[in-house]
Amino acid sequence: MSMTVVLSQALLGLNVGVFYAMLSLGLAVIFGLLNIINFAHGAMYMLGAFIALIGYSFIERWFGISMEIGFWPSLILAPLLVGALGILIERTMLQRLYKLDHIYGLLLTFGITLILQGLFANYFNVSGTPYPGQPESLSGVVNLGFMYFPTYRLFAIVFSLVVCFATWYFIEHTKLGSRLRAGVENPELTQAFGLNVPLMITLTFGFGCGLAGLAGVLAAPIYSVSPLMGADLIIVVFAVVVIGGMGSIMGAILSGLALGLVEGLTKVIYPPAASTVIFFLMVLVLLFRPAGLFGKEK
Amino acid sequence: MPNEELLRIENLHAWYGESHILHGMELTVREGEVITLLGRNGSGRTTTLKAILGLVGRRTGSIRLHGTEVIDMPTHRIAHVGRLGYCPEERGIFASLNVDENLELPPVLAKGGMSVDEIYRMFPNLKERRASQGSKLSGGEQQMLAIARILRTGATLLLLDEITEGLAPVILKSLGKVIHDLREQGFTIVLVEQNFRFAAPLADRHYVIEHGRVVECIEAAELEAKQEQLNRHLSV
Ligand SMILES: Nc1ncnc2c1ncn2[C@@H]1O[C@H](COP(=O)(O)OP(=O)(O)OP(=O)(O)O)[C@@H](O)[C@H]1O
Ligand SMILES: [Mg+2]
Repeated sequence: MSMTVVLSQALLGLNVGVFYAMLSLGLAVIFGLLNIINFAHGAMYMLGAFIALIGYSFIERWFGISMEIGFWPSLILAPLLVGALGILIERTMLQRLYKLDHIYGLLLTFGITLILQGLFANYFNVSGTPYPGQPESLSGVVNLGFMYFPTYRLFAIVFSLVVCFATWYFIEHTKLGSRLRAGVENPELTQAFGLNVPLMITLTFGFGCGLAGLAGVLAAPIYSVSPLMGADLIIVVFAVVVIGGMGSIMGAILSGLALGLVEGLTKVIYPPAASTVIFFLMVLVLLFRPAGLFGKEK
Repeated sequence: MPNEELLRIENLHAWYGESHILHGMELTVREGEVITLLGRNGSGRTTTLKAILGLVGRRTGSIRLHGTEVIDMPTHRIAHVGRLGYCPEERGIFASLNVDENLELPPVLAKGGMSVDEIYRMFPNLKERRASQGSKLSGGEQQMLAIARILRTGATLLLLDEITEGLAPVILKSLGKVIHDLREQGFTIVLVEQNFRFAAPLADRHYVIEHGRVVECIEAAELEAKQEQLNRHLSV
């Protein structure tokens, strides 16, 4: 087995890893502040991809308006729309459940997932529709010295890494971020100081959903867009979150990246295990370090 | 003309879930006054402060801050309306924030608050620890930080809950000086205290709380005459 094969699988693994990282980051941020396990996260990812697809290929077909929303505008528009839907869900539904056990939030978001999936499965092919809007400037391959790598995938890796680390920086090193952390640690006192914690919670949920929508747009040119794309991914992402430890921002990012790499490399070493290696690691982590690799043991 | 009433509480009842804790609290604090809430453990002093801030399950009656009724107001607006600074019972230092972040967490409520530099001049030992996590501070340092952070906000009415608890005598002395200085500067202060010796020389008036209501109100000047009654109320 040549070094090139290993490196190229590692890069492809990293490519998957950045999607894990972005999604588990959103879940960790939401869990930290709302104490809710957002099962609808995968559906938000799917929705982001569909907004890009519809904007590019379906506006004229459906509405008779000759208009095409390209990849770059979608990269901004889709997260905003998905974030706005998140805010609506939080304000009208989740807010009523905070006093109850988190299982209720999980059940509600699970229901929302099934509704969204069913809605899209009604109009789109379950086996996937290709997204033809990948920009010209990102087509082709780049020569990395040891291999040729698709330009778009390289862009997706770099862009996602920037988004992940910017989010981490925002939460850990800015004034607004310190207010969020305070709201997580002691919401009552934070409010008593005069900070609007319910608003912070709503915006954070919107932001987390927006992040999933952004990942969806980024994924659209690589994987085909399908109503079940989120459902397939979210199960793995939950495993990533369990391995990293609930609530740790850096833990979510690093374990997402690392597990993408592990999965990619397993494809080289022992291909049949590639799709299960993450779950195997999850079981080990649950047995030996139940709070997760980066989580604080209680 | 007497000073403006910053806080007036009338017929205040408060509940945690089903338990009815405050039973018709009444008290009034005018601008520039220092008052104490005295009482045995569990008498409802902390609950009174929490009820002012809307941190109890349910509350009825009337709480006016600068003349504005806040009984139905959401918690995050009350500090702004009343220009309140709150130092909670267990100090409430955020473990996940460092000293600087803790200091800068409460939003500015009004002009006239101290600058970070002034605060660090008042509490030089905090300055040395400004990059430490809140969880790494000693009890005394945490207490200083808990008071320091509400001085930045321009709050004029301070609600301080058991700020002397668990502090060494040396620190107690400098804390006494801090409160004395704040009083001189015109702050209005509600002190919840166990340590009567600490509170007595600082306060204009003492409210004795029992079973969630005021059973005695003693002006500083009457203290000697009513010492015996006070002892009876506070003895365990
Ligand atoms: N979160 C809560 N839920 C239910 N009951 C509570 C809660 N907090 C306090 N209580 C009860 O309310 C009563 C008053 O408590 P509070 O904390 O106001 O007392 P306190 O006067 O501050 O006394 P101390 O701080 O010295 O113990 C007590 O009987 C206490 O058991
Ligand atoms: Mg108390």
